[in-house]
Order: sequence, then C-alpha cells, then structure tokens
Amino acid sequence: MSNPSEHMGGIVNAGDLPDKPAPISTEGPVAWMRDNLFSSPLNTLLSILALFLIVWTVPPALNWLIFSANWAGGADACRANTGAACWPFITARWEQFLYGFYPAPERWRVDIILIVLLVGIVLLAFERTPLRKWIALLMLVPFPIVSFILLYGGMFGLPVVETSRWGGFMLTLVIALSGIVASLPLGIVLALGRRSTMPVMRMVCTIFIEFWRGIPLVAVLFMASVMFPLFLPPDVSFDQLLRAVIGVAFFASAYMAEVVRGGLQAIPKGQYEGAMALGLPYWKMMRLIVLPQALKIVIPGIVNTFIGLFKDTTLVLIIGLLDLLGIVQSAINDPNWSIKSVPYTGYVFVALVFWVCCYAMARYSRYIEAKLHTGHKR
Amino acid sequence: MNDTATSTQPASLAVSDEVVIRITDMDKWYGQFHVLKNINLEVRRGERIVICGPSGSGKSTLIRCINRLEEHQSGSINVDNIELNADIKNIDAIRREVGMVFQHFNLFPHLTVLENCTLAPIWVKKMSKKDAEEVAMKYLERVRIPEQAGKFPGQLSGGQQQRVAIARSLCMNPKIMLFDEPTSALDPEMIKEVLDVMIELAHEGMTMICVTHEMGFAKTVANRVIFMDEGQIIEENEPGPFFDNPQSERTQLFLSQILAH
Repeated sequence: MSNPSEHMGGIVNAGDLPDKPAPISTEGPVAWMRDNLFSSPLNTLLSILALFLIVWTVPPALNWLIFSANWAGGADACRANTGAACWPFITARWEQFLYGFYPAPERWRVDIILIVLLVGIVLLAFERTPLRKWIALLMLVPFPIVSFILLYGGMFGLPVVETSRWGGFMLTLVIALSGIVASLPLGIVLALGRRSTMPVMRMVCTIFIEFWRGIPLVAVLFMASVMFPLFLPPDVSFDQLLRAVIGVAFFASAYMAEVVRGGLQAIPKGQYEGAMALGLPYWKMMRLIVLPQALKIVIPGIVNTFIGLFKDTTLVLIIGLLDLLGIVQSAINDPNWSIKSVPYTGYVFVALVFWVCCYAMARYSRYIEAKLHTGHKR
Repeated sequence: MNDTATSTQPASLAVSDEVVIRITDMDKWYGQFHVLKNINLEVRRGERIVICGPSGSGKSTLIRCINRLEEHQSGSINVDNIELNADIKNIDAIRREVGMVFQHFNLFPHLTVLENCTLAPIWVKKMSKKDAEEVAMKYLERVRIPEQAGKFPGQLSGGQQQRVAIARSLCMNPKIMLFDEPTSALDPEMIKEVLDVMIELAHEGMTMICVTHEMGFAKTVANRVIFMDEGQIIEENEPGPFFDNPQSERTQLFLSQILAH
C-alpha cells in the first residue's frame, strides 16, 4: 500500500492484505533458549547458576536412589554397601507398610477395597465413562459403608479385626478419605451458614470454624485421644481411630469452609438476583447457580486443603496410631535392619508415596479446572 | 436517542381494567436514607409503563421492590392478588408471576443458553426436560437466536445475551415483566435488537414496567410514563402530553437534558 501521509481521507486498505508467516527468529530451540535462558545478563547468570545446581545435586541423588542402590540381597547386601539406598528393606516389609498389623489371612479384604477404590477413581477420572453419575454415587455412599464392614468384620461370618490392628498405608487412606469425604460437604454447609442472614446460624457456624481453626491438629488429636474419654461414662468405649477421624474431619472442614466462603464471595450479586427473580428457592439457587460457580473458582483451594489433610494424617502417630510414616518409623528400629542407609531409605520411600498421591491430586485438579473452564465468563 | 420506535400504537395494545400491581403508601429506607417516599402506583393488565428519572432517583429500587429483590418497610405491595410480605410462599408465588430483565443480564455463565432458559421451568415449575426445552426453543426463536442455544453466555454479544435473558424470563410464562435499564449496558448498535424484542412483547399484550432512558421506546409503546426524582413519583402522564407538555419544573429540566443531545 502507499504511504499513509498521502491519504488525508478515504480508504487506507481494501481489506485484502495477505497473512505472512512469522519471522523465523521467533521459533526453534535457539530462539527458545535466547528468550527463556539468556534474555539478559541477570538471566544468563541465573541460568548458569541453575545448571550448576542441577549438575551438583541430580547425579548424586540418582546415584543414591537408583544406580548404586541395593536392589536385592537382603540386609547383608545393604550392610556391605551403606552409601546408597537399601530397597530390600522396603521389599521385605512392604506388606506391613501396606496393611499394618492386619492379620495375614484377612488381608484379601483390604485388597478388594483397594482394587475397587482404584478402579472407581480411574473410572471417575474420565469424563466419558458410562453411568459416571451412578458410579460416583456408589463410591460416595455404599462404598464407605461396605468398606467399613469388610475391614472391621463381625458380620457375614467375617472375623472382627480391631482398628488397633489397622495400620500402614491402609490406615493413611482410611483417615484421609474419610476426612476428605466428610470435610467437603460439612465445609460447604458451614460456609453457607457463616454467610446466612440468620444471626444464630451465623454465630454457630462462625464459632465452630474459628474454634477448629484456632487449635493445632496435634492438640485436636490429643484432646480426642486423652480428654474426650473423660467426658464419657467409664464403661463406654469409643474407638480410638474413629475419634481421630472425627477430629481430622472437623479440623479439615473448618479450613474447607473458609475456602468455600472465599468462592461464595466471588459470585456477583447479580447471580443471586437472577436466580431469585426466576423464583428459585434458596437451596435450589445455591445448588444450581451459586455453588457450581463458587466451587469451580476454589478448586485449587479445595485440593490444597485435601493435600494438606492427606499429609496431616501422619500426625496420628502421636496418639499411637501407626499410619504409613509411623509404621516405617517403627520398622527402622528393627535390630535386624540397623544399617546406616535404612532410615534414609525408609523416609525417602514414605516421601515418595506421599508425593505421588499429592501430585496426582494436584494434576487432577488442574485437569478439572481446564475442563470446567468455559472461559467466557463475564 | 433511539429512533427504532416510529410506528404508531396498534389496536392490540388494549388495557384491561383489572389491576395486577397495586402499590399503596410504600416507603423504603436504606439505613437512615429514605430512598422511596410514599409511592402509590396501580398497574392494570396489559399496561406498558416506562419509569424515567435521574440516576439515584429510586426507579430501579422501586421495580426491585415489586419482586422483593428489595424489601420495603411500610405500605403495601399487592401483585396479582398476592400480598407481598415476609411470607416466603407469597414471595415465591409472586416471583413465578413476575419476570425480570437486568441491566447486566445476570445470565448464568456456567450453563448454556438453553440450560439458562430451561433451569427455572424444570426446577421451579417441575416441567419435564423435554417440555422445558421445547418451550425454551420457542422463546429463543422469538428473540431470534435459536442457533445460539448450545453456546455459553460468554460467547455471545451483549445484545444477544440480553435477548437470552428476556427469553429466559418468558420461559416461566410470567404475567408481568420488569425491565431494569435493559439497554444501558449495551453498545449502541445492539440497543435496537433488544428494543425490537421488547416492542414485540408489548404488542403481544404483556404487562411491562420498564426503567429506561430510551425515550423513543417510551413514545412508541408506553401508555404511561412516570418521572421519579429523589425517591418520589413527581409526574405521570400518557407519553404524548408527558413529552410535549411536562408539568413540573424537574420533569422539564430532566427532559431538556436527555433530549438535548
């Protein structure tokens, strides 16, 4: 086209300029490195520092974990090579790490639950699963009940397995999943209550939330374990594990309530008015209009709370419940395995298991966020 | 001003004698601030009323009192023989009879256009999903956007969103429609498409109360124009005399300001 200064008025372009390919310098690995690693002297310095740090830490770590690690041969092999991970310790004890002190002939009960749980989670994770709603309903209501009956026994000819014998990763899952399943609905109800226009309701919910948020989980567990029985008649016993689960669930629900309240506050007043003007009563308005939007906004916060709860389950070891960390810790003290590398191996193993679970939750939350993102919100 | 409305009023715009909204000696305060003062208003079936006035004059608050989005403190509001009071049953009953269209549309962004329209019929009127969708498509066709049914509100232009909002209200088959500045948030080129839908609605005999600054619309379809200032109804008249020969000074000032440009 011609020089615009020649045109004081009229058409500038006829609207037929062709698309040109982008200049080559904006693509390719060299351009990427220039943009991301060496765009300024400071960035160059930081890139070199980071590279140095990687070279310094990653190869020794991989060496310790994998290349020089003891993979087979039992305690003797580990004793001969204490400079690297001792995986035979894990393989020798994995059943205990998974089941705790659950009696060996009854472990199939745990296996069934774990398999159903895994299959259920995988099915629910994919949007295209047929009958997904029904699977979700099955997993939320009958599954926990059946699981409890199966784990505890005492019915249908199953021998009773006292909860004091539950332990390891299975116990971690029991506490974490009960906490997660209980804390979300409870948290939502508390958040709605705290924003209610009814003063009594608001006060009750606020006090509940602030009470549980104000005390450390360790104190909650101690209270559940030591103080709570003082208020009960002496002949009434209340399961230790159940007390811990209730404590964890209440504790998490207080945090959940505040996360959900944040989401509720982000919903514009117009959404409530639009729903009310259509004649939707309070609970339908909340369920169909407000909560779907509010919960979507706070998915990162909800998953954050879930992850926190999952990791906090390790605290139950202070009231004598042996979760995964507790049971690995006690296994480390076995004199047969008193080898320098064993405690490190044990803790690294626990860290890996927790990391895999938490990272899976984090990734799934990202996936859900992306899926629910209709992206065109006003 | 918008010059959409140039046609003369057809004969179908007949007004019955039946009073559908009766507001008597109504007052409202925000804290100590007296926003609505001694409001008296009767609306008959089939009437199209336009409420205008400077911003902050209480016109939006007034129509929001009619479906209890705002609570009034004294006086009475009676909608279709239902007394509006704290009784939640009455409030719900009135809201089923009264549709409302907002300045900012207030569509539900997480639902598609069709779902926006079927939500209330399904959950409030207990209609089956199939019937609700049929009704919704009928009204979406009426506002001329059936092809957008599967989209989310955020994918539509402002004018399209407002037309969806109108269709959504109509799906509840309301006897009365309230419009709270329906075109104020729209780009100029989209105002017409919304006003056209509203004019059609008026021609079908819908009882309408519109808070709007679209004086062209007022002249074409309104059979009464109400001017409010500082929480009071200052003047009301048929559009002809209202615009040609306003009585009060405030009305004259207001009209000269908005008709001047």
